[in-house]
Amino acid sequence: MTRLLTLFALLLACALPARGEEIVAGLSRDSIGITASFDGSEILIYGAVKRNAPAAQTGELHVIVTLEGPSSAVTIRRKSREMGIWVNTDSLTVGAAPSYYAIASSGPMHLILDPVEDVQQRISIPLAVRAFAGPVQMSDVRPFTQALLRIREEEGLYKEEEGAVRIVEDTLFRADFELPANLIEGDYKTRIFLVRDSHIIDRYQSAIYVRRVGLERWLYVLAQDYAPLYALLSLALAVFSGWAAAAVFRLIRS
Amino acid sequence: MQIYLPIAEVSVNLFLLLGLGGLVGLLSGLFGVGGGFLITPLLFFIGIPPAVAVATGANQVVASSVSGVLAQFKRKAVDVPMGIVLLIGGVGGSALGIWAFNLLTALGQIDLVVQLCYVVFLGAIGLLMFQEALRTMRRTKKGGARRKRHQHLWLHNLPLKMKFRASGLYISVIPPLLVGLIVGVLAAIMGVGGGFIMVPAMIYLLGMPTKVVIGTSLFQILFVSAFTTAMHAITNQSVDVMLALMLIVGGVIGAQFGSRLGARLNAEQLRILLALLVIMVAVKLGLDLLLRPDELFSLFPGGIG
Repeated sequence: MTRLLTLFALLLACALPARGEEIVAGLSRDSIGITASFDGSEILIYGAVKRNAPAAQTGELHVIVTLEGPSSAVTIRRKSREMGIWVNTDSLTVGAAPSYYAIASSGPMHLILDPVEDVQQRISIPLAVRAFAGPVQMSDVRPFTQALLRIREEEGLYKEEEGAVRIVEDTLFRADFELPANLIEGDYKTRIFLVRDSHIIDRYQSAIYVRRVGLERWLYVLAQDYAPLYALLSLALAVFSGWAAAAVFRLIRS
Repeated sequence: MQIYLPIAEVSVNLFLLLGLGGLVGLLSGLFGVGGGFLITPLLFFIGIPPAVAVATGANQVVASSVSGVLAQFKRKAVDVPMGIVLLIGGVGGSALGIWAFNLLTALGQIDLVVQLCYVVFLGAIGLLMFQEALRTMRRTKKGGARRKRHQHLWLHNLPLKMKFRASGLYISVIPPLLVGLIVGVLAAIMGVGGGFIMVPAMIYLLGMPTKVVIGTSLFQILFVSAFTTAMHAITNQSVDVMLALMLIVGGVIGAQFGSRLGARLNAEQLRILLALLVIMVAVKLGLDLLLRPDELFSLFPGGIG
């Protein structure tokens, strides 16, 4: 694999005119099907730095890879004690938070990337979420946004892996992502940033399509678009299995 | 082996679901209860979203009551007119319950209300059952006379009287309608059949003879939970048929073993066991409300409605 990649990168480096350093990248797969037996998936994102001239000597070369699931609104609720029992009281709605967000980088984020560019590109996890926050009616929203990050991190939906991108000879890089089993359907945005001396010098973007397939797709579409039919199906199934079980056991007993 | 549930959007172990269904089926066969009151909280514990757990629980109740109703019909132990009156109340209650359920979901209080309902109803019923079973045990030991069951309450003097031949009753339809209504609301909010409320109400409030109580309540539960399942599926697409199928398969097998096991055990001891089980579930849910939770925050998809 690595040798092939090197060859690939070299060929590209020879064939194309360059403007400084650029990313050439690929994904191990560009679509994931959620089947009934789906229990997570692995994605390998790999690539090479293409350059015309010899590598610049100033500053270290780093790569940051992000993988972002479809965003949706989330309401964060806080419990407090009312009349002796714990009840949801305050709430904050975040207009759009990604359902999945993973960062892999070749070094500690705060050392390899200029904070201003981090904000501009919304790379770090808190920025990727808070950047989309809706109207705020509260004086201090931090406990809520922190709770969102904490809960999603515990569920394995938000991940930051510093040092997970390996760079070989300042040219080849790869990042492995493990997608959890509780994936939401949608387009997963993949971004690769090439960083030299804390500044982003090139970026690459692609998408992975995550879709339910087969029976899962059929049931989901039926439930969403033909709800009465779906209701009849679930009832028929329940009535049939209740009756069938009794019949089978009667047969066994007699 | 993991299985991805298309509506709940979570991946769960297949054998865990089958085992859960089987366990609840075993208990329902053993004690003659629907098991909805156990399956819904257990689904919460394994991480199924509450809306899906309640709606799918209702679907499971349909399956577990079908075979029961068929058996009761064969024994002519169903009072159909009474069942229909209870059913009319039940459908109304279920519609009301679904409306309240969707409203409370939007307000973010559904978990609280579901938990409170469980604590209050299970706690009360569990204690009553426990007390009753203890009293019967003591009475059978002493061999004392039984107290008269059927009493004429003011409830029976209401208008709109109707004859219920199988039950041997001539009473107003208002009390059974109300009983059905309350059970329907609970069915929609708690994802239960409601037998544990309806059976005592039929015996003590309506004065129905015990021999038709189980069949008639199952008849009402079957149709009300079918209606509830359909309403949940249509209004908020929260019935997960894959989840329901796993629970049903486990459940029907468990129920058959449970009913055979139950026939060999002492009825009064069984009732005490059931009472203790019900009280345990109520206490566990009650403690969750009283103790400080580990995580004060929780996430809900979507904005505030």
